[in-house]
Amino acid sequence: MNQQSSASSIAESVRRGERTATEILESYLANIDRREKDIHAFNLVTAEQARAMAAKVDADVAAGRDPGPLAGVPIALKDNMCTRGVPTTCSSRILEGWKPPYDATVVTRLAAAGAVFVGKTNLDEFAMGSSTENSAFGVTYNPHDTSRVAGGSSGGSAAAVAAEFAAASLGSDTGGSIRQPAALCGVVGVKPTYGTVSRYGLVAFASSLDQIGPFTTDVRDSALLLEVMSGHDPLDSTSIPQPPLSLMPALDQDVKGLRIGRITDLPAGSDPEIEARLAEAFAALAAAGATIVDVELPSMKYGLTAYYLIAPAEASSNLARYDGVRYGRRVDAPDTNAMYGATRAAGFGEEVKRRIMLGTYALSAGYYDAYYGKALKVRRLISDDFARAYQKADVILTPTSPIVAFPVGAKVDDPLSMYLCDVFTIPTNLAGHPAMSVPFGTGAEGLPVGVQVLAPTLGEATMFRVAAQLERSAPGGAR
Amino acid sequence: MSDARISREAVIKVARLARLDVTTAEVDRLTTQLAGMLEHFADIDALDLGTVAPMTQPYPLVNVMRDDVVVAGLDRDEVLAAAPAAEDGRFRVPPIIGLDS
Repeated sequence: MNQQSSASSIAESVRRGERTATEILESYLANIDRREKDIHAFNLVTAEQARAMAAKVDADVAAGRDPGPLAGVPIALKDNMCTRGVPTTCSSRILEGWKPPYDATVVTRLAAAGAVFVGKTNLDEFAMGSSTENSAFGVTYNPHDTSRVAGGSSGGSAAAVAAEFAAASLGSDTGGSIRQPAALCGVVGVKPTYGTVSRYGLVAFASSLDQIGPFTTDVRDSALLLEVMSGHDPLDSTSIPQPPLSLMPALDQDVKGLRIGRITDLPAGSDPEIEARLAEAFAALAAAGATIVDVELPSMKYGLTAYYLIAPAEASSNLARYDGVRYGRRVDAPDTNAMYGATRAAGFGEEVKRRIMLGTYALSAGYYDAYYGKALKVRRLISDDFARAYQKADVILTPTSPIVAFPVGAKVDDPLSMYLCDVFTIPTNLAGHPAMSVPFGTGAEGLPVGVQVLAPTLGEATMFRVAAQLERSAPGGAR
Repeated sequence: MSDARISREAVIKVARLARLDVTTAEVDRLTTQLAGMLEHFADIDALDLGTVAPMTQPYPLVNVMRDDVVVAGLDRDEVLAAAPAAEDGRFRVPPIIGLDS
């Protein structure tokens, strides 16, 4: 990716008055005009709002006021983040046409930093999926090969950055929904520590797992966005009471002396090319002065089960609010109970219904202990495994996804094989840790491969240090 | 638990609990799919979890009280404008009492 299109270089040149936010925006809107029909990254392009935001940034610069660290940076928002007066659908018929009466905290913070919002991106309905094929508004295609998926659930946000429809974007990650599409689209994607970025105004999927994070073309831009977005928010009761993350200093530190964990009992089944890229990533870090250490995560293989019981359980509760009363669509019926059933049947897609059913079952009397209760205990085992591993290692490296971008339609009829895409990303969410995907060469068919850097709670600075080194060492040279 | 991990009857009951109208075809499909998933999820059945404490949250939560001062809430008209039906400053719903469903 060339320097001109990084978020940090855009903000720098706009703040210095070398380029206007308006001319930058127009070049991104032109990209959208040219390729969006083939990619379908967006549910909605907000060109007029973007032009007004860019004009305000330019007016600030002209008047000698600093528009902020994201001055004039075109940013796309996943369509499950509330934007006041701008439709927010979660790619679901049940919210079609809904205009939120408030902004998510991340939206407020990015806007205050001078960002320009270009649109709302497509996702798997309510963020449930790994391919953005479960959207009520159509599939998002991978910019590297439009016969393939962009990954998911934040597929639209990943594709928007890969196709240069925006310099950066926001996604949400409940089980890998930022990192997996980032890997499949060849961009950087970060899931921060649970509680570092406010979830206020993020439409809830699984509240103990959801976290917002950035997609960018390089590691530095993700650090920049996280510095702007993070920090305590009184509107989110799970927000960690601490100041914003400080990540920029880490980018210029080398990895000498860091201990990089290699999981000896990593679940098998990855593409051979992906395993080869991972081995090269370890070698590159060792060459840069890091030490590779073996760690064991014996419970990692149970992560998928724990996640696919806990996340649907929380979702079945969170999605109870879509009842045709306060927002979204309603199917009329003679009494309220019948209205609920008809509204939800018409409004939700197949995958969402499947997860509501699974979650309701796992929580229901007689099955709670066998499923949900047991899953919570497995979650503890995984968290304890990580705690032991991080006594020996500062970060852990895995593939982000076991496979490269797959053909559209290849997995839609087999929910379980779709769920297996998340095997390396899910444990992080269960533990509440940070993790990020960094592009690292290519795999089958020349498609992008991502390497995942995992770190313990609030270990973002070390994680970014390693990510920056991986970026410098990536096949094909510095990006 | 029986050999089949979930029955049609259980699926119908769960759909009712979830306030989700399902067709006969959906019940058939969901029964097959949920049974397959629950079969896969049986991998944790063999674990000895007797002494393990359940983990519901990744970060210890403490109850937070805000200062007892008046702050602006959401604009009522804006909120009601997004509702499928509203009347006299309230959400309007079909009858709740007096009908069987």
